[in-house]
Amino acid sequence: MYPPELLYSKDHEWIRVDESVGTIGITDYAQKELGDVVFVELPKPGDHVTASESFGTVESVKAVSDVFSPVTGEVMSVNGKLQNTPELVNSDPHGEAWMIRVQLADRGEIDKLMTADQYEAYLEQAKAH
Amino acid sequence: MIAPAGEALKRTALNATHRASGAKMVDYCGWDMPVEYSGITREHLAVRTAAGLFDVSHMGEIEVRGPQALALLQHVTSNDVSRLQDYQAHYSALMLPKGSAIDDCVVHRFAPDHYFLCVNAANTDKDFDWIVQCNSFGAEVRNVSAEYGQIALQGPRAVEILAKLTDAHPGDLKYYWFRRARCSGVDGILARTGYTGEDGFEFYFPPASSAQLWNSLLDAGKGVGLIPAGLGARNTLRLEAGYALYGHELDPETTLLEANLGWITKLDKGNFVGRDVLLRQRAEGVTKKLVGFEMIDRAPARDDYPVLVGGRKAGRVTSGSPAPYLKKNIGMAYVPPGDAVAGNEIQIEIRGRLAAARIVSLPFYKRSK
Repeated sequence: MYPPELLYSKDHEWIRVDESVGTIGITDYAQKELGDVVFVELPKPGDHVTASESFGTVESVKAVSDVFSPVTGEVMSVNGKLQNTPELVNSDPHGEAWMIRVQLADRGEIDKLMTADQYEAYLEQAKAH
Repeated sequence: MIAPAGEALKRTALNATHRASGAKMVDYCGWDMPVEYSGITREHLAVRTAAGLFDVSHMGEIEVRGPQALALLQHVTSNDVSRLQDYQAHYSALMLPKGSAIDDCVVHRFAPDHYFLCVNAANTDKDFDWIVQCNSFGAEVRNVSAEYGQIALQGPRAVEILAKLTDAHPGDLKYYWFRRARCSGVDGILARTGYTGEDGFEFYFPPASSAQLWNSLLDAGKGVGLIPAGLGARNTLRLEAGYALYGHELDPETTLLEANLGWITKLDKGNFVGRDVLLRQRAEGVTKKLVGFEMIDRAPARDDYPVLVGGRKAGRVTSGSPAPYLKKNIGMAYVPPGDAVAGNEIQIEIRGRLAAARIVSLPFYKRSK
């Protein structure tokens, strides 16, 4: 169900790794929890992001949520579409609603992330509590 | 707003119905309530263009009766109760000595010696205790909240939907008037009131009949776009309409004149709790004023964010949110009275950065008829 080519964090972000570049967004679970996304605040190219630290926010009507980076590195590009069409986060969280592309500082960090199977198991476990 | 630790959340009679429909539930002032069913935006727009159905059974109801009922209510509320006719209601505030409110409320008059108040869920017990404390008049005061469920049907199609379920001619009921009515076989109090800025009704009835009423209303309205709506949409709707929410625009430290509620403050009706403070403020001026604003910069303002005017700390946002119908980001805030001018630019501190906003006249939204 969750795209197998992506890796996943406990905070419900996903990352697609191509060589030393990571493309990052939030998962389908995260967008469902949020509800209608109305605003996304992202860093600028050249900004630094740190693993497990917030790099921006996603806002629904009701609330502001931090988005946490699964990896450390430098922001290379930012998805401009989310400025005018934040609802893409709800409709295509794993595809069109990618948020930032990062030059990885330490490719070893991705070993700490979950595969799609592991993430689905993690979600099941979270539901049970 | 969370329930005290260890206490189970209170439930309305519709709790199982909401959960069965997949509503996202939240702890609201100790009640397990639906915040949204199909999405806040969708529910908000349904109310503005068709109709929405709200379970507001968590609200409180207080009855005041007897020959001294009018005297007590004149003493403890801000509006002029003597101007109500039988089956008429008005918006009002329950007053504290500082000229502030312990709650806002709707006062309904059945008869000169029989009144019915609808109060906020968060404040029901406090309100009841305060009215009792102020009751040197010997009126009968009863907290009848457990005897009533309450459902709100709001939107331009509300009359059409309700007319299918009652012989009570809902279309003929004037705004802020009420009557006893049987809706879908359930006897209750039908009021043409609401908190959304749209036409609509609030119905008070025995809670045991909740599911029957809820389901028959949804059924009667499904052809014209009626959907259930939760507390999330209830908040965005009232904000667009410029209505106060107790705990945000109103609190024990804020007078009615500061809160733009001069229109429900009848200083000439005779003495009432807090009147002396308000008379003084009317003469000398207030120290802060409630304004509406809309964002110029892109990010939404949120509750409690700092407000600056010309770089000076000026206040805090009382309510801030995206407005789903107006498609803007709006809010209300208290600023120094000299700064409270429509058109004035202010700044909102949004997570460490200053964002530009502009003061606008209230309400943000007014329905067209």
